[in-house]
Amino acid sequence: MLELKGITKRFPGVVANDRVDLTLRASEVHALLGENGAGKTTLMSILYGLQRPDEGEIHLDGRPVRIHSPREALRLGLSLVPQHPLLVERHTVAENLILGQRGSFFLPRRPHQQPLPVDPDARVEDLSAGQKQQVEIARALLRGARVLILDEPTSVLAPPEVDQLFAHLAAIKARGVAIVFISHKLDEVLALSDRITVLRGGKKVGERERRDATRDDLVRLMVGRDLLPPTAVSPPGPGVRLDVQGLEVDADNGRRAVRGASFTLAPGEVLGIAGVAGSGQRELAEALAGLRPFRGRALLDGESIAGCSPAALFARGLAHVPEDRATGAVPALNVAEALALRTYRSTGPRLDLSRMTSEAERLIREFRIAAPGPETPVRLLSGGNVQRTILARELSGSLRALIAVHPTYGVDVGATEQIHRLLVERAAQGVSVVLVTENIDELYALSHRVAVLFEGTLRGPWPSAEVNVERLGRLMTGKDAA
Amino acid sequence: MSGDLRRLAPLGVYGAAILVAFALVGGVLAGFGASPLECYEAILHASFVDPQGRSEVLRRTIPLLLIGGGLTVAFRAGFLNIGAEGQLLLGAVGAAAVALFLPATPASLPAMFLAGAIAGALWAFPAAWLRTHLRVHEILTTLMLTPVAEYLVVYLINGPWRGEHVRGFSYTDAFPERLQLPVLEGTLVHWPTLALGAALAAALQVLLTHTPAGYELRVAGSSPKVARYAGIPIHRVVFLAGILSGGAAGLAGAGEVAGIHHRLLEPAQVSLGYGYTAIIVAWLARGRPLAVLLTAPLLGAILAGGDTLKTGFNMPFRIIDVFSGTLLLCLITAEALWARRERRGP
Repeated sequence: MLELKGITKRFPGVVANDRVDLTLRASEVHALLGENGAGKTTLMSILYGLQRPDEGEIHLDGRPVRIHSPREALRLGLSLVPQHPLLVERHTVAENLILGQRGSFFLPRRPHQQPLPVDPDARVEDLSAGQKQQVEIARALLRGARVLILDEPTSVLAPPEVDQLFAHLAAIKARGVAIVFISHKLDEVLALSDRITVLRGGKKVGERERRDATRDDLVRLMVGRDLLPPTAVSPPGPGVRLDVQGLEVDADNGRRAVRGASFTLAPGEVLGIAGVAGSGQRELAEALAGLRPFRGRALLDGESIAGCSPAALFARGLAHVPEDRATGAVPALNVAEALALRTYRSTGPRLDLSRMTSEAERLIREFRIAAPGPETPVRLLSGGNVQRTILARELSGSLRALIAVHPTYGVDVGATEQIHRLLVERAAQGVSVVLVTENIDELYALSHRVAVLFEGTLRGPWPSAEVNVERLGRLMTGKDAA
Repeated sequence: MSGDLRRLAPLGVYGAAILVAFALVGGVLAGFGASPLECYEAILHASFVDPQGRSEVLRRTIPLLLIGGGLTVAFRAGFLNIGAEGQLLLGAVGAAAVALFLPATPASLPAMFLAGAIAGALWAFPAAWLRTHLRVHEILTTLMLTPVAEYLVVYLINGPWRGEHVRGFSYTDAFPERLQLPVLEGTLVHWPTLALGAALAAALQVLLTHTPAGYELRVAGSSPKVARYAGIPIHRVVFLAGILSGGAAGLAGAGEVAGIHHRLLEPAQVSLGYGYTAIIVAWLARGRPLAVLLTAPLLGAILAGGDTLKTGFNMPFRIIDVFSGTLLLCLITAEALWARRERRGP
């Protein structure tokens, strides 16, 4: 049905797509698998008319087409469901669905459509992330999409919502729609797709039918080598490093975001906190990192952290890997400057530029940051390397505790492996880690104990062996009374 | 494209934008019945060949250097101070107050500059405070404070500060002779202020790139989220950058009255719109204070060109506003187009 032939796209200094071929058939889920920076997003932006290829052709139903703009893509029946929904928050579901529908001067009051997954009169701002995504998908179908492109659709979803999404996509596929599923999560790709195309370094390195694909084979294609076996988690030490009792934190809008969280952490212990996005994780992490006032008690090695600035807390050994990378590193600064964010004050009235540079060179080597040098601007790094930069900085102090929020969000398999290894290593050295994550595998792989945030209430913690995934899923959606 | 070429590409974009601006203004000049090429030739000749003209360019450069340096830092901190014109006038008022009402001593000249800087900074204070405490946007407040400053000056020179020996004119008495800045022989180039401007540009460059305070300023200006995360006091940094830009404009005002006019007079005579022109100076400097050493003379030449057009071609002096406005517009457009091209790829 749709064919991309020899697509090449060059950016200054990098070939994002190098003669990539891709064929889509009706009624199939075609996964586009690859690490960050492999060229998945560029390829799809070309297909959706956001970027123009330097070389190559696109054929639709055997005829060559040129897609200059998203509008043109929509006209041809190509629809993109973005990673983060682009809906009018204040409007109802129905109003959002009508958006973009043309034909007559007056808008229809209701979209005429088969059963909607959500209440059409609900306001979008009141919906969960999964429901918003359903609205996006419904909107695409309403516009007559024949090809549906989903960009990392599961990154904002809790496990039960992922199952729902997959069931929904199977139904859409059965109606003849071709689905492109962009992901770097192997399990999801294996669960959902009919065919899998793997990109690495801008090149297509393999295409597999689902029945011929194995996990190991795909990892090898994606990473270019076998993964190392995971590092074993060491048992925590004695004593109490972090003592949190009755913590209450407000969100920016004044609403109570965390309603009483209590836990203690031993040196070297990892506490994994799960929860659907927006359940209070951000506020909890920010309170512990000195970015948000709180009520209740929070002690680091017996001393309160209330009222301490993030800089003072870092000096006391508390580091913070923030929720999104744009918070952790300034795109406009270079790598050496980004790495100095915690230490720039310590060099006296003048910045010690030569020490900053040599320190950056050391960290670039030690943390395998793929940057040409200390002078490279952060904005030119891929997501995984920005995250390596942030971790390199946060982990290189004299560390006692670490607040890590989505540390591997949106980074590729290689970087994820490395970040996990680093966290486990630091824990083995006695660093206590509060790990907030939406990635359940990560949660279980790293945590000694797990807890769940649901609507601001912290349930748990329990030893991770005592809570299985199903129960965790129920806790995350508030369906488990315990 | 090789790395070197890529670094030069923005320069090419700016060059092209400047050429487009010259072409557009050429249309306006043609509308006056003059040949644009002749006009530009005359301006070039007057700016770079004729010694008298060169000193005129240098004279216009002095306030642009001071204000532009300060604004570069303010813009870098994300404080869009576009009211430097008013802060300059207050600087002139501050310097005049010292010259007129305090006994003249060897310390008086430095005191005039100090008073000018303080007065300029104070004029930026409300805008900076409102921005950091109540999130009132500084573009509005700084701009709106400028006419207030103008009428303050008008009030002073017509009212309480009006000179006793000025007959019908609206200005103050002349400053005592020893409070007048030395100039280069036969010109109006008050070189101490020029030196001050160059030193300020260099000092601000060092501040920005070589000190922890400058580091904080760059982080706070380009990424407030990161600044908050790292515990950088964003409000204080932005506030101080705003005050600093006001103080630099105040220095320029002090220089103008101490070096050229030797009295406080009509706002339009104290400043030829230096406060506005310096916005372009700072914009062109792309966040590097040292770069105003190049961009200030460029705009100085354009300002001096206004005189040439007035005397040589009988055009209104304010044609230079059309000139600098068009130039800024072209530069901003070029910048946006360039950013878009980088995003989308070729």
